Order: sequence, then C-alpha cells, then structure tokens
Amino acid sequence: MRYVFLIFILGVIGVLAILGPRGRVSTRPPLEVFSDMDRMPKYQPQAKSAFFADGRTDRLPVDGTVARGTYYENEYYSTGKSGGAFGSGFPIEVNFESISRGEERFNIYCSVCHGGAGDGDSMTKKYGMLTVANLTEQRLVDYTDGQLYDVVKNGKGLMLGYADRLTVEDRWNVVLYVRALQRAANGTVDDLTPTKRGELGL
Amino acid sequence: MSKVFPKWSNALPLKIIVFLFILAAAVVSGVTYYATPNYTRVGYMPSQPVPYDHSFHVGQLGLDCRYCHSKVEESGHANVPSAGTCMSCHSQIKTDSELLEPVRASYASGDPVPWVRVHEAPDYVYFNHAVHVNRGVSCVECHGKVNEMEVVAHDQPLSMGWCLDCHRNPEEHIRPVDLVTNLDWVHPGGKKGQIEDGLKFVEEWNINPPQSCSGCHR
Repeated sequence: MRYVFLIFILGVIGVLAILGPRGRVSTRPPLEVFSDMDRMPKYQPQAKSAFFADGRTDRLPVDGTVARGTYYENEYYSTGKSGGAFGSGFPIEVNFESISRGEERFNIYCSVCHGGAGDGDSMTKKYGMLTVANLTEQRLVDYTDGQLYDVVKNGKGLMLGYADRLTVEDRWNVVLYVRALQRAANGTVDDLTPTKRGELGL
Repeated sequence: MSKVFPKWSNALPLKIIVFLFILAAAVVSGVTYYATPNYTRVGYMPSQPVPYDHSFHVGQLGLDCRYCHSKVEESGHANVPSAGTCMSCHSQIKTDSELLEPVRASYASGDPVPWVRVHEAPDYVYFNHAVHVNRGVSCVECHGKVNEMEVVAHDQPLSMGWCLDCHRNPEEHIRPVDLVTNLDWVHPGGKKGQIEDGLKFVEEWNINPPQSCSGCHR
C-alpha cells in the first residue's frame, strides 16, 4: 500500500513538473484537445485562405472601385481642389466639436512626427525623422486649406499620405486643428483682449 | 479451515476506497487547474516575422494604439496594420535594417506580412471591438499592458466565464472614452472611485451588456 501511495505522489509531482504553473510563456500555439467547432471553415477578416492563389481572404477591389459611401459630389470636399486648383475655406462645419475631433486625430496620427504643438519637435525626431516640417512656420501658414488637405491625404516629399487612416471628414478636422496650432504659435500681444493684456501687465 | 485470504486483506476494501477518493480529488483539481484557457492560452507568445517591439513604439515613442490599429473604433475587427503604416516612418528610419526586410518586401509586392495571430476567440464568438472601445472598455482589459511588452503575449484567458465577469459588472471596467488607449491609466480614486464613476457611465451611456447566448453567439 505504501508503494501505491509513493507511486501516486511521484505521479502527481511528475505531472506538475511537466505541465508547470499557469501563465508560463511559450511560443507554441495553444493546445486545443477538443476543438469544439472553435475553428470553422469560414473566412474572417485578414485571415489566410486556402482557396485563393495569393493566400488571402480579403479580395482586392478592382482598380477604380469606389467604396460605398465614399463617393462625394463635391470635388473640393474630397480632393481640396476645385477645377484643378487648390481652394480655400472649410467644406465642413467649423465648430468646437470638429476642432476637438481634429485635435484627437492630430494627436494620434500627426503628433508622433510633427509634435504635439505642430512645430516638428517630436520623439521620432530623436530617432532620425529629421526632415519633418514645422507646421507653424510662415510657409505653411500661407498654404491654402485645400493644399493642407492634400498633404494630409496624399503626403508630400518623404511623408506618406494618411488617406487610409483618416476619413475625408477627419482630414478636414485635422486641417482645422493645424490652423488652430498655427494661430497659437504665431499669436502676438495684439491678439489679446485689452482686459487680458491688463491682467498680464503688457 | 485453511485461511483463504491473509489477515491484511480485511482492511483492503477501505484502503481502496480512500485511495480512489484521493485519486478522484487529484484528477478533478488537475483538470480544474489545467483544462482552462488560464493555463492553455495565457502566456502564448509566438515569434513574429518582424520583431515589432510594442514597449518601444508605444511605451517610449508614445504611438497611440490607433496609429496602427486604425479601424478599431469603426470595425468589429481590430485591424493589423498594412506595411504602408510601418513605412510611414520606416521609409526614413532604419531603411537598411535586415529585420524590416519582410515589411519592405510587403510594401513593394502588396503581399501581407505573415503576422502570427496571438488572440483568437473561437469562430462562434462574435466579438466586436468597436462597441467595446466606444463605450469605455480599454484595450488593457483584454490585452494586458501591451505598452510594456517587447513581444506580445496572451495576457487574459478570454474564456466565456471571464467575459461574463465583466458583462455582469461592467462598472468595474469602464472608463472615460478618451482614456481607452491610455493603458497605464487606473482610476485615481482606486477601486471605490472606479465603481462610483463606472456606475455613472453605465447609467449615462445606457450600458446594458448582453448576458444571453445570442449576445455573442449567433
């Protein structure tokens, strides 16, 4: 009997030694003993396909396809140009909501390189993004709204476009916020109200 | 009368019963401990074709989750970025790095980088990322502190019981929507403050997480 218990305890120790505690790091895929229909022969986004020759589930759209809901009558709204030339003005409603949305998007997609204040001073600069534009300099203040929109959409110079990550509306929101940053960076004493100036002793 | 059974056999039936009980207890505790995603899934850390370091890009550079997983607020599926997203910077930085070769090849050819999926719910689970992040469920609740991971590992079990823990008590896990991608944020008021604010959000945003089967299974 003693031997039976001894073998039992050795068995338990053996199992514990092999399986180990929970949460151990492993590069092997999780074991699915009973698959329980966990994996079905259906397609999921960005998954592999055994059927198509190129191995991907998502089919590429035919060249020139316009996705549903992304066709805009207003040429200026979607390209920043009217009649081939960059235009000025905002084809979106300009209010606190749109500028806040622009701020949020700017801080996600733009501030990484252009910096939170838009002056080109950012973390990535330390790692070699040396040609990032200072968005608040006069050259870019002189850009038309349509031109700025085009840079956000298609990129310029070494910067790649953000059309895949920002919707048309969001690109305009970002341009709006960039205008706000330019205004903030290039403000002078004259921009203050007389009361504010008094408070600051200017 | 000769003895058929030796004397020690008198105690044998009892011993066998006791042993069987101990054996059953051991098997039950073993299954409870091991046959669960807490053991089988947590800690899964596959090697990726490109050793993308989240702790550097997110933790140090300060990239927002949505810089790469850009459609997470609109789509049920949190997309893995295309090579074009990587090239936004890596067309200028580390342009001759051997480690980035798969990204450059993908950018040139259009074929995807064969990233290995870490988190994978069963196919009969219809998890929607957008509805969660737009209602204040942070990435960190399910994925752990990815901003501190050099290599992404499976952090939470993602089992059904685990999902239901939150669906039954959402106030313990929801936060202001603008803090969803801030993985280091914890409620400054501690657990008590979290629940107080959480209950307020549940009320204001009319949060009613489904607990019926068809909420997640169709």
